[in-house]
Amino acid sequence: MTARRRQAVVVGVATSDYPHLPGMSEYGVHGQAADRALADAGLTFADVDGLATAGFFPMYATMVAEYLGLHPLYLDETNTGGSSFEVLLEHAAYAVESGAAEVVLITYGSIQLSQMGRRLGTGGGGGGGFAPGPSVYDSLWGNTLVGNYALAARRHMHQYGTTAEQLAAVAVTMRRHAGTNPQAQERDPITVEDVVTSRLVADPLHKLDCCVISDGGGACVVTTAERAADLRSAPVYVLGAAHATTHHLNMSAMPDLTVTPAAQSGPAAFARAGITPAEVDTAQLYDSFTITVVLTVEDLGFCEKGEGGAFVADDGLAVGGRLPTNTDGGGLSACHPGMRGMFLIVEAVRQLRGQCGATQVPDARIAVAHGTGGMLSTGATVVLGREAP
Amino acid sequence: MSDRPASTTAATADERPPKPRPAPVPDADSAEYWQAAHDGRLLVQRCTACGNAQLYPRDRCRRCRGAVEWVEASGRGTVYSFTVIRQNYARPFRDQIPYVVALVDLEEGPRCMTNIVGCAPEDVRIGLPVRATFEAVSDVAGIALFTPQGAGATSP
Repeated sequence: MTARRRQAVVVGVATSDYPHLPGMSEYGVHGQAADRALADAGLTFADVDGLATAGFFPMYATMVAEYLGLHPLYLDETNTGGSSFEVLLEHAAYAVESGAAEVVLITYGSIQLSQMGRRLGTGGGGGGGFAPGPSVYDSLWGNTLVGNYALAARRHMHQYGTTAEQLAAVAVTMRRHAGTNPQAQERDPITVEDVVTSRLVADPLHKLDCCVISDGGGACVVTTAERAADLRSAPVYVLGAAHATTHHLNMSAMPDLTVTPAAQSGPAAFARAGITPAEVDTAQLYDSFTITVVLTVEDLGFCEKGEGGAFVADDGLAVGGRLPTNTDGGGLSACHPGMRGMFLIVEAVRQLRGQCGATQVPDARIAVAHGTGGMLSTGATVVLGREAP
Repeated sequence: MSDRPASTTAATADERPPKPRPAPVPDADSAEYWQAAHDGRLLVQRCTACGNAQLYPRDRCRRCRGAVEWVEASGRGTVYSFTVIRQNYARPFRDQIPYVVALVDLEEGPRCMTNIVGCAPEDVRIGLPVRATFEAVSDVAGIALFTPQGAGATSP
């Protein structure tokens, strides 16, 4: 008799309160999300022997472990920006499958809105601030975070004829989904016209092409299918995952502004999961900006390169559309506390459990969570399934 | 649009003296590059093994790890992509809004981040032929800006 391979599963997910958490500490957000995710799993902190999280200073996971009172045997704080939590989930799957850990808690917490205020466009990659090392070769000319994504959007428009109206369609669909999410930061319906007539922040991106800035966090609990057998909720299987990077913060070092690291991580993750993009029932895709989603659907293979604009237009991303995407309202409307990747995992798991109410995708069996970090710098794809592989 | 950028208002109310452009801190990789730009010359690195030209300056070739030598670039290139920055709260850039940030592909191959100056933002397009112009940002460093080829302007 051969030993059965250990299979990673997600057994608990939760979001913290969001999008406004005045007075709350960043670590308190981690704690609230962790409490809820463990309760969702039917586990306690005593069961946790692994912790994974990402933040913006070294030894961050150690800080969170100390705050939560954990002394884990497995610790991971890999930071790839917005895609960090997909990478941490991939790593956690390897950890439980190898036996390095039994129960890994992944947490995220941010009070970016309360801390920074609504100062969109001053973030990393420019604005006169200095990121470390070679980032100086892009940062001296006053480009902004929005400006970096605008460079990609302009190039995509030039090469493929993508229009501002097609980009706007992403924001319109996300807002419609957000309207069904009582926690969402922005819930009032918007039209394509509203998006393209909103103020230009960095041509061709308008204010409504940009994500919201929020407080919030989330958590998930990863263990083995064997351990999950006596837990309260149906496990969600980690079928395959992969991540990739093309550059750090320098857009001048990105080989092709119309091709993101998803072009590498997507095919690798699908191959590891043994599925094709056509089998995906719902996608939770990082939507820092509308262009991020257009590039991602192409690079993950949901449509051909250059056809992303047409794919997202005409409700292509709505429930009932070509690829039901960001069913919680996404970062464009629901919540974007800086590194939104955890929210993608939570929503993907909820879809596979059938817990998404008005935006539930009927009979969702396979979901993809794809995070994008930095300036289109990193991509991490996780394929999740309702049934054992 | 009636909702003017908040930064415009803030800049108007700001009575502090103008803040200069940020300046890099040269190191062993970059000192020659920054000094050359200070002196009005654009350098790129060329690999002595594979011939690949690169920016930004590094210890060795990013393609094959071969040794690199400095080559003076023509300063000519074309706009690969661009954006018009209309919101940036950071000084000194908020006082320059709107301004053009662009990626320029040099004739020698490398791509670099820059500003397009010497023309109206609405005259910038992808594929526009441009040439380098330089601005000193410290005693030991300058940066390359680009202006449309044929334009009379030699400084921003």
